[in-house]
Amino acid sequence: MRQFLRRQRYLIDYSLSALARRPGKHLALLLVYTLVVFLLASVMLFTQSLRREAALVLAQSPEIILQRQIAGRHDLMPAEYLDRIGRIRGVSAKYGRLWGYFYDPAVRANYTLMVPPPGSPAHGEPAPGDIVIGAGIARTRGLEVGDYLSLRSARGEPFAFRVAALLPHSTELVSTDLMLLGADDFRRFFAFPADRFTDIVLQVRNPREVRKVAEKLSLALPDTRPILREEILRTYDAVFGWRQGLVFVLMGGMVLAFVIFAWDRAAGLSGEERREIGILKSIGWETGDVLRMKFWEGAILSLTAFFLGYLLAYAHVFYLSAALFEPVLKGWAVLYPDFRPIPFVDGIQVATLFFFTVFPYTVATIVPIWRTAVTDPDAVMR
Amino acid sequence: MIELRDVKKVFNQGRGNALWAVRGVTLDLEPRQVTVFTGPSGSGKTTLLSMIGALSRPTSGRISLDGTLLSNLPERFMTQVRRRTFGFVFQRFNLIRGLTVLENVMLPAYPLAPDYGDLRRRARALLAQFGMDAKADDKVEWLSGGEAQRAAICRALINAPLILIADEPTANLDSARSRELIGLLGELQDLGKTVLVASHDPLVFESARVSRVVELRDGLLAEDA
Repeated sequence: MRQFLRRQRYLIDYSLSALARRPGKHLALLLVYTLVVFLLASVMLFTQSLRREAALVLAQSPEIILQRQIAGRHDLMPAEYLDRIGRIRGVSAKYGRLWGYFYDPAVRANYTLMVPPPGSPAHGEPAPGDIVIGAGIARTRGLEVGDYLSLRSARGEPFAFRVAALLPHSTELVSTDLMLLGADDFRRFFAFPADRFTDIVLQVRNPREVRKVAEKLSLALPDTRPILREEILRTYDAVFGWRQGLVFVLMGGMVLAFVIFAWDRAAGLSGEERREIGILKSIGWETGDVLRMKFWEGAILSLTAFFLGYLLAYAHVFYLSAALFEPVLKGWAVLYPDFRPIPFVDGIQVATLFFFTVFPYTVATIVPIWRTAVTDPDAVMR
Repeated sequence: MIELRDVKKVFNQGRGNALWAVRGVTLDLEPRQVTVFTGPSGSGKTTLLSMIGALSRPTSGRISLDGTLLSNLPERFMTQVRRRTFGFVFQRFNLIRGLTVLENVMLPAYPLAPDYGDLRRRARALLAQFGMDAKADDKVEWLSGGEAQRAAICRALINAPLILIADEPTANLDSARSRELIGLLGELQDLGKTVLVASHDPLVFESARVSRVVELRDGLLAEDA
C-alpha cells in the first residue's frame, strides 16, 4: 500500500511539472473549463435555492384553496359558499380571500393587491386609506413610509393610498409586487361585489386528511376546484425545473463547444507530447504508468476547474444574488425581486455536476493517450 | 550472455514500402564487454540495438538474455526487463525539456517508487561521478552537448542496469568530448557493466577500450553479407 501511494505521489509530481511546462495550453483549458462549471453550477445552485425558498414560503400557506369555476375559468366566489361548506371534519379554519391584479401603466408593472387574511402575522388589515407595499413597488415608484401612491381605479377614479409600512426584505421573492390594503378599500377600488370573494381557503391540521377534505368539497360544491398546497409546490418545482432546463438548453451549445475544445486540447497530443511518452516508455515506464500519469494530469486540471468553478458559482449565487441569471430564472415580471438566496448545497447535485464535467474530460484524455502509449517505444531511437 | 538467433525486422510489413532493416542476424554477446556495432547509415545498427534492449520485437527470430527469451515476453514483462536490465543513451539524448537535470536523471526510477530521499541521493551521486553536480538544478535545455550526454548517461544508470545501450553517442560531440565519453564507457565496463554501442565513428570503434566490433551491412553481419 505504501509503495502504491508513493508511486502515485511520483506520478502526481510528474503530472504537476508537466502541467507547469505547458502553461499556455493548460491555463486556457483551465479557464474555459472553470467557466463551464461556473455557469452550470450557478444555474443549479440558483434554481435549487429558489425551489427551497418557495417551499419555505409556501409552507405557511393554507392547505386548500377553493376556487369557483365557470366554463373552466376562475370566477368570483359567492360569500354564501362559506356557509354551504358547513362543518367538515378536520378543517380548523375557513375564510374568504380578496385579492387581484392591477396594472400600473406609470411603471408598466403588475401589482398583486390583497386583503391580509385574518390573523395575518405581519401587519394585520391596514386602516382605511392605508396600504402596505412590497419592496419592488417601493423601489419602482420611489416610495417610502408616509408617502402617497395614486392609482386609477376600475371605474377610472383616482385613489390615493398612504404607505403605512413596507413588507420585510426577507420575503421579497414572493412579496416584491404585493400591496396589502383593507377589505373596504379593495372592494371600492376594484368595484368588487360585496357578496363575493376571490376564493376561499381552508386550513387542515392533519396533512393526511387534506385529500379527503378536497373530495368532500368537490362533492358539496361541484362548480368549485380545490387547489392543494402540495400541488402548488409541485407546480413551482416544475416551473423552476422548466426554466432551469431552458437555461441548460441555451448553454448546451456552449458545453458542446467546450467538449470539442477540451477534446482537441487534451486529447490531441502534440508531436512533443508523443515524443515524451516514447521517452518515458523507453526509459522503463509501463503503458499503465503513462496512463496513470496522464490520468492524474487530467484529474488535477478538472478537479481544480471543478472546485474553482463551483466556488465562484457559490459566490455568484449567494453573495451577488446570481446577477447573471436573474431575468431568466426569477420571473418574467417587470418588478424583479431583489433577494439573497439562502446558501444551500445539495450533495446529489454536486455529484451530478461532478460526474458530467470531471468524468467525461478524464475519459476523453485517456483514450487517445492509451493509443499512443501502447505503441513500441523504439520510435525515440529514430 | 545475450543470444540472437536469425533475428529479422521488417517495417511496414505487407505494404508496398516494406523495409527489411535486419535480415537475419545470429550473434552471441559476452557480458562485461564494450561491443560496438558499426556500419554505414541504414545498415540496421539502431534497429538491432532497439530489439536487444527490448524497445521493440523482432519480426522473426529469437533474442534471449541469460537464457530468458525476450522476444516473446508480453509488453508488461518486456518493460520490466527493460527497466531493470537496460539503460539507454540516445543519439539525440532525449532528455525531457522543462525538467531539471536532477529530475531527468530520477525519472526512470519513478515507477519503482523508491524512497524519495534515497533516489535523490543516488541521482546526485551519479551526477557527481560524471562531473555534473553543479548542473543538477539547471533545466536540461540550458546544457551543452557534452553536458546533455553526461546527463543522459546518469539517467541510463539510475536503476543500476547490467547493460548500457548507447546509440551514436558521439554524433553530437567534438573529438575531445568523444574521447572523454569513450573513457566513461570503459569505466562502466570496469564496474562490471555490459556496454553495447552503435557508432560509425572511427574514434569509437578504433578505441583501445572497445572489446569487440560487430560490423553490419544491409541488415546482415558484414561477414554474411
